Amino acid sequence: MSNVYNQPDAKGHYGEYGGRYVPETLMRAVKELEEAYESAMVDESFLAELNHYLTDYVGRENPLYFAENLTKEAGGAKIYLKREDLNHTGAHKINNTIGQALLTVRMGKRKVVAETGAGQHGVATATVCALLNLDCVIFMGEEDIRRQELNVFRMELLGARVESVSQGSGTLKDAVNEALRYWVTNVEDTHYIMGSVLGPHPFPQIVRDFQAVIGNETKRQLQEKEGRLPDAVVACIGGGSNAMGMFYPFIEDESVKMYGVEASGSGVDTDKHAASMTMGSVGVLHGSKMYLLQDEAGQIQEAHSISAGLDYPGVGPEHSFLKDSGRVIYEHITDEEALEGFKMLTKTEGIIPALESSHAIAYALKLAKTMKEDEIIAICLSGRGDKDVAQIKERFEREGQK
Amino acid sequence: MTKYKMAATFARVKEEDKKVFTAYIMAGDGGLHTLKETILLLEDAGVTVVELGIPFSDPVADGPVIQEAGKRALAEKVTLQGVLAELASFKDDISIPVVIMTYANPVFKLGAETFADQCAAAGVSGVIIPDVPIEEETEFKESLTKHDIALIRFVTLTSSDERIDETVDGAEGFIYAVTVNGITGARAGFAGDLSAHLARITEKSPVPVLAGFGVSSKEQAETLGTACDGVIVGSKIVSLLHEGRGHEIKELVPGKIGVK
Repeated sequence: MSNVYNQPDAKGHYGEYGGRYVPETLMRAVKELEEAYESAMVDESFLAELNHYLTDYVGRENPLYFAENLTKEAGGAKIYLKREDLNHTGAHKINNTIGQALLTVRMGKRKVVAETGAGQHGVATATVCALLNLDCVIFMGEEDIRRQELNVFRMELLGARVESVSQGSGTLKDAVNEALRYWVTNVEDTHYIMGSVLGPHPFPQIVRDFQAVIGNETKRQLQEKEGRLPDAVVACIGGGSNAMGMFYPFIEDESVKMYGVEASGSGVDTDKHAASMTMGSVGVLHGSKMYLLQDEAGQIQEAHSISAGLDYPGVGPEHSFLKDSGRVIYEHITDEEALEGFKMLTKTEGIIPALESSHAIAYALKLAKTMKEDEIIAICLSGRGDKDVAQIKERFEREGQK
Repeated sequence: MTKYKMAATFARVKEEDKKVFTAYIMAGDGGLHTLKETILLLEDAGVTVVELGIPFSDPVADGPVIQEAGKRALAEKVTLQGVLAELASFKDDISIPVVIMTYANPVFKLGAETFADQCAAAGVSGVIIPDVPIEEETEFKESLTKHDIALIRFVTLTSSDERIDETVDGAEGFIYAVTVNGITGARAGFAGDLSAHLARITEKSPVPVLAGFGVSSKEQAETLGTACDGVIVGSKIVSLLHEGRGHEIKELVPGKIGVK
């Protein structure tokens, strides 16, 4: 086969992207993690344990659902939904946190630090820490704490300590900065559970591999149902972990087109968006070289999206590589369009999607119309929308008053 | 000024029976127009090297004092290019070596080659990029080497013996020995085995070893100086300057070794 894909290289580079741009104090920890990860992934007992938790705790495999009503509504390709929203804690995030928590134990560490934006990764981390009896500190921007009060309470119920971050704009980027500072200070006994395909090598690879269960199951399930590969797969992108998990198993299947959907907030012609691929340029942030939203002097800019989970000014190094190589096509969806997607899936299928996933739904609806009826799209429905309904209610009421 | 000139300065300090005292300041904190005046003040205070920090939106290696100083500088619209241009305008009026401390992204955005050219034009002796470990050095180092500007490396408490060997092999300018696991900012004390750690690095290193992170008093500077070639003081100096107490900086600088 001519299209063998073997990223990253030995030093964690995906072409020019990725790498390990971290303070020297962390180099030992990231190298230790790399070794622990490599040995774990060839250790049958580790893999069996991981599989046990994915099956009996997370609830995998989850369905690949043929969305017949949504398909009729779109009027084109058949639409399948990969139901990551049915996982324990309601999103794909736990596929990664359970894996990394088991790695933490394997490395002999009993403490965990993580960042969170909307709180999904924070809740998924606090959950596995409760399960495995690990100490857990979660950094969260003060603005996000205000917006996602209930998730803060959830994390605390689960035994985590939530630290408010007031630096910068008090959102996800600042929470990552503070979590990194905490990790530097407590690196000897603490593991950082990175929530997306971001950060220094080996994090983007580890998170991708733990999330690849999404694409692997999709492939197998579609083979059973339709006897073939999908023509297109679609996933939303903030840092890009659910998308990487969906795409990775299909990269060598040339006939499968792949679409990553960024959040363009109020629009890419405004300064309120999170479209790092569409509007950004290459730079270094949080340990990795990737596409970023930045100004001419190299200062990182704030991202904006209705969906807190997509509200990050960068996108993982492997996505950056796949953009340049042309293997994945990156598109964007505005807040308004995402809300339309949200309403559409809710009304036609009785499934309330997360606002993040609503971006993928909205784009897939456009895409389906351009495809033939015997073609197939698989969408990663990365999370459920329960966490977003209060925010959406507020927005609808506000707009109703106008 | 090049890394050779900085080496000459280090040699002179040694001859005078003193230790190196490096002062970190945030470029543009208080406005870029104050930069020359501040550097001259440091020269008068007996400082050996100025480490000139470039403000960055996401300074993950820095504690609250330097974060705040960076924010003030960013509010003044200070950029890497702006700092180097300002420095170039008065480089002949200062005699103290200047080392630029910047995170990787502003350098990457400017372009490593342009950055090195502008550093050379500004008379810079060395560059510190705290989020660039040896593994990622190449793209920055090549053009700096062309201009004889040192790319300074870090050794930390988490560095194994093997890593220390790897780091000192080919080290330029000086070794930045990080004295704590953590970020910049004043601390009351250090781990007991720190002196042994510093002495071990100093024994191996072909260039001077300077201890930094958390150094905030003359006593700490004197104590750490006994185990290596000198210290780097940051947050304390940034605070003094911000509070208009720059004249007190000279009180932090130790005199001749063994002389109180």
